[in-house]
Amino acid sequence: MLAGLLAGLIAFVYAQYFAEPLIDQAIVFEDHGHESLGGHPAPELVSRAVQSTLGLLTGVVVYSTAIGGIFALVFAFAQGRLGRMRPRSTTVLLAAAAFIVLFLVPQIKYPANPPAIGDPETIRVRTALYFAMIAWSAAAAVGAMLLAKHLMRHLDMWNAALCGAGVYILAAALAMFVLPTVNEVPDDFPATLLWQFRMVSLGGHAVLLAILGLAFGILAERKMLAAGHSAVRLPRIV
Amino acid sequence: MSTSTTFAPTIAEPIAIPVRDILPWAIFVGLLALLAIYFVGAEQGAISIIPGMYIHEFVHDGRHFLAFPCH
Repeated sequence: MLAGLLAGLIAFVYAQYFAEPLIDQAIVFEDHGHESLGGHPAPELVSRAVQSTLGLLTGVVVYSTAIGGIFALVFAFAQGRLGRMRPRSTTVLLAAAAFIVLFLVPQIKYPANPPAIGDPETIRVRTALYFAMIAWSAAAAVGAMLLAKHLMRHLDMWNAALCGAGVYILAAALAMFVLPTVNEVPDDFPATLLWQFRMVSLGGHAVLLAILGLAFGILAERKMLAAGHSAVRLPRIV
Repeated sequence: MSTSTTFAPTIAEPIAIPVRDILPWAIFVGLLALLAIYFVGAEQGAISIIPGMYIHEFVHDGRHFLAFPCH
């Protein structure tokens, strides 16, 4: 969770610099839309100044810390069960896998959207679909990993891992095929802004997980060394 | 049983933490973490426990940045 907190703080700085200008542009677009329809810009319940600083900080840090907590649990289970790896290798592998399985793949189907996109009427459906995609992706990844582990008894490591990855890709593709596509981007929304926002959001997750994985690895290895758990210090039982 | 210490790194069998030791933590931290993610990601959007839009508006930018579906 400490590693998650650190990752959250760095992700906040990243979001401040890269995401905020894009969010502001999107909100300008959104307000223009309201005006051209004869309405007024939506009244501000929380000022933009608070949203873009304190609100963003709270959201990102709480989220990252929670991700850090879950990451710690997955690590506690995975360490020593994935294969012969020292803690730092396990955390980096887990962070990379989490980025692909929980963010990259679901985002291919349901990418991030800046403000001004999305019909408030469909928020329930969209949220349900998004989480369904994540859950499917995670379940497929766990299944593929168990399969790969099983195959390792019969095949060499590379082939077993490739089989697992192939099964995962097929399962993810099936989900993308079955689940409905959501496209609520207004016709005149700038394409560059949309593309940049999605890339920045994906980049944010990459930053978050990279920092989390690396920092957690350092902390976990230090702690496990101290406790005598490490592969490095443990005498091998012959 | 004889043991011998090896000095090369990453050789020995890594020790797995027993599931029995992880479980209480998993339930406690898991619930807490999911609740936190729920409040950042979905409260007063898709589902609303506390009426109003204040939480939604407060974490608004983070919600967009972190790719949660939002209004």
